[in-house]
Amino acid sequence: MASTIRVRATSSGETTEVQALIQHPMDSGFVRDPKGEPIPPHFIQQLTFEYDGKNVFVADWGPAVSKDPYVKFSFKGGKKGDDLKISWVDNKGASDATTAKIQ
Amino acid sequence: MTITDGDYSETRRLILKCSAAVALVGLGNIPFSLLPAFAAANDKYPEDAFKQKSDAEAIKVLYGKTAEPSDKVKLDAPEIAENGSVVPISVSSSLGDVTSISILVSENPNALAASYKIPAGTVPSVANRLKMAKTTNVIAIVEAGGKLYSTTKEVKVTVGGCGG
Repeated sequence: MASTIRVRATSSGETTEVQALIQHPMDSGFVRDPKGEPIPPHFIQQLTFEYDGKNVFVADWGPAVSKDPYVKFSFKGGKKGDDLKISWVDNKGASDATTAKIQ
Repeated sequence: MTITDGDYSETRRLILKCSAAVALVGLGNIPFSLLPAFAAANDKYPEDAFKQKSDAEAIKVLYGKTAEPSDKVKLDAPEIAENGSVVPISVSSSLGDVTSISILVSENPNALAASYKIPAGTVPSVANRLKMAKTTNVIAIVEAGGKLYSTTKEVKVTVGGCGG
């Protein structure tokens, strides 16, 4: 299965800028489907970025984060060609992970 | 919000669509108390803070202290958001020793939207997209040197995105 995570990590020498886009419904639990049935909450709770064995960024999310979430941050260091590991876990226990090369 | 059981018009239901009260008075809904217990695998996920309704309670549960307003917390948000289901928000800070950044949307059913851990070496700046049920204050919290600093900005929402 194709990964749900799309990442672009770009090194500018001093810092690495990371942009991630994840495919996920991020259902809040407050919305109903066309039949009027409530759609149960289903959202990513934690998204982790790991570089060189250390977490460089951890996102704790509630259901107020938009569908197909996007996040951008930067960290100091990060060499071109190095790996950045990204993983998420949602409130139903589903998860996904991928590794991106820093460009 | 206290609402007694009674006749709810369709319009009224729509108005209350975003509100947990609908579920609590049980209009044929699954009560929210039956929300599945969230994944225990993430012991660090601040589940209780995300369950708080008001911004003040969420900050208290998440950090155990209160924030002071500071112009060193920069909150970028649109003045008017046409689509409340996708509102771009970014927060950055010129403060040193930042350990976390949190974003709260006051008028949402649960105020806390996102909380980011900023380890040493990570730039205290984050951009993301959030849902907003209606016109609301957005509060950015930056934890730096063990203290909390905040900036608040109002975002006018023309079409609510309580679910999106």
